[in-house]
Amino acid sequence: MSRDKILTAARQNKPALVPLPEMATFVFAANDLVTAFTASITKAGGAATVLGSLQELPAKIKEGWPDARRVADFIHGDSNTNASLLKEPALLDLVVLKGQLGVAENGAIWLTDKDCVERVLPFITQHLVLVIDEQTLVGNMHQAYGIMGKQNPDYGVFIAGPSKTADIEQSLVIGAHGPRSLQVFICT
Amino acid sequence: MNTHNITHPEAASEFLRNKERVQWHDETLWFVRYKRDKVVNEIPEWEQLRELASQIKDHTLSRLDEYLQEFEAAAISNGVTVHWAADAAEHNRIVHGIMAKHGAQKIVKSKSMLTEECHLNEYLEAQGIEVVDTDLGERIVQLNKEMPSHIVLPAIHIKKEEVGEIFHQHLGTEKGASDPLYLALAAREHLRQKFLAADIAITGVNFAVAETGAIVVCTNEGNADLGAHLAKVHIACMGIEKLIPRTEHLSVFLRLLARNATGQNITAYSSHFRKPAAGSEMHIVIVDNGRTTQLGREAFRNSLKCIRCGACLNTCPVYRRSGGHSYHNATAGPIGAILAPNLDMRKNADLPFASTLCGSCTDVCPVKIDIHNQLYQWRQVLTKEGYVPAAKTASMKVMAGVLSSPARYTFAGKWARKLLRWFPSLAMNKKLNPWARQRDLPEPPKESFREWYKKNSREL
Ligand code: SF4
Repeated sequence: MSRDKILTAARQNKPALVPLPEMATFVFAANDLVTAFTASITKAGGAATVLGSLQELPAKIKEGWPDARRVADFIHGDSNTNASLLKEPALLDLVVLKGQLGVAENGAIWLTDKDCVERVLPFITQHLVLVIDEQTLVGNMHQAYGIMGKQNPDYGVFIAGPSKTADIEQSLVIGAHGPRSLQVFICT
Repeated sequence: MNTHNITHPEAASEFLRNKERVQWHDETLWFVRYKRDKVVNEIPEWEQLRELASQIKDHTLSRLDEYLQEFEAAAISNGVTVHWAADAAEHNRIVHGIMAKHGAQKIVKSKSMLTEECHLNEYLEAQGIEVVDTDLGERIVQLNKEMPSHIVLPAIHIKKEEVGEIFHQHLGTEKGASDPLYLALAAREHLRQKFLAADIAITGVNFAVAETGAIVVCTNEGNADLGAHLAKVHIACMGIEKLIPRTEHLSVFLRLLARNATGQNITAYSSHFRKPAAGSEMHIVIVDNGRTTQLGREAFRNSLKCIRCGACLNTCPVYRRSGGHSYHNATAGPIGAILAPNLDMRKNADLPFASTLCGSCTDVCPVKIDIHNQLYQWRQVLTKEGYVPAAKTASMKVMAGVLSSPARYTFAGKWARKLLRWFPSLAMNKKLNPWARQRDLPEPPKESFREWYKKNSREL
């Protein structure tokens, strides 16, 4: 059996025990997490806007994506409409989801499979809107895993920007296979 | 690619024939290195992160058998089917077996250097199954019937006009079109159809967490997720060295990986797969293929810490000027030159010599692998085992003799400078020195630094 063969070889060939280092806690230098997060997500090809209240969201979406016809909004949207849109996710123009937390140092937003509704949604939609609460912003990845690291969801993803590629002569193209844009709304 | 007999210097001289392309290749990769330096300098604790990452990997390797079992148990309790493959052939058989069980014909694959190492695509094609590589760079090289030339930038050796021609032939884009945006969008439409139709998705693994059985896959395009979420079956292929002990360790590696690879703060997607979605299947294939042997080679053990960021390729003066394909191995560049002889010393004896030993690779490595030192050590091993051609052995003995004695070094330098001025063609002899091809040696200085210093030090 290859399993036993591999495990035996690993056991025989491994070096003497090297201790596991203590995890250091690094502090994120900038105080203004909203500004730092916005800079990171902008660098990654996305955008972030501060919202005074979640109630402003529907108007912002109408204004920002006037041509989007198939919009699955899982914050304000009608659940029947969303359910019927989910039958053909490949045709979605815009999906609106709530993220659990945002990381200022790199613009990453954490979503579990529950937050995604369907795992494929944030990937297959043409455009993606993620909403996060300002209070959920953390400085760096150590703090992020400190909060969500024990959740252990069936599936979870850090999303930092729209889908992109630079595989043709290193020219950046936004919208490789997934969303062509990512707009983050930060609720204060 | 692994089967041909052309050596690195021969392949490199082929690459060097097109001067313009060499310069472009060189500059493009150096720019990636520059972008890396810029973001790395924004992180004050960068060196501490490298040290942590290195120690976590050292620790994991020292308990590898235990972590493998912990990972397996967790994955099984998550409802994942775990397979073990001793070598490339077994890996390919396992993957094909899963496909056969499902009668699957339409396969999408996201980037995985392991499946390249195992030559999975060729194997499956021989069984009549077509695999579509979905990473844009990999799709380009696949359509062009090539292998990736770089770990994270698979099509870095191809110009946009050539991509235009490849896409014109295979995807029906306009003849002569070379705009990256236009071409990438054409690929998007083409590949979206493939994603939607796929029965099975294959992905690689960036990190495997022992305590939870989760695997983490990092992409910018979102292709691993589109594949895995749309197909009913997800097969993840990983080498045994991908393990890390705990979820919290991901914070260290995710901070290092993309910054060091391309100068991004993080990839667009860092996906944590633990359980299959309802109604779907998830398989993990754990592959050895020479890794436990490498674990037992004390001098080269460190190479198993590699997180495949590609930075040692970008910074390597030899890689940049010889191209990834000249390494005739799935993984090119300095790290490829360490991994390849472990798999086959005879076939890859030339690779550890494809280095100036300048040490730049070691400087940029996020997990502190002593890359240039290991290349040097491979040269010793390969020479001792008789895999190195006689000419190289003789010149190496001379080098070793010269470098070990300061007096001899001074003497040799003096005479080399004289000889080079009198007979410059000596060093440029294409038979004796393959690196001389397409290169001009700078004018040898009239005096050495030592001589100059002696003369001038009193005046300073
Ligand atoms: S050896 Fe180090 S620098 Fe090279 S690819 Fe691996 S991790 Fe990156």
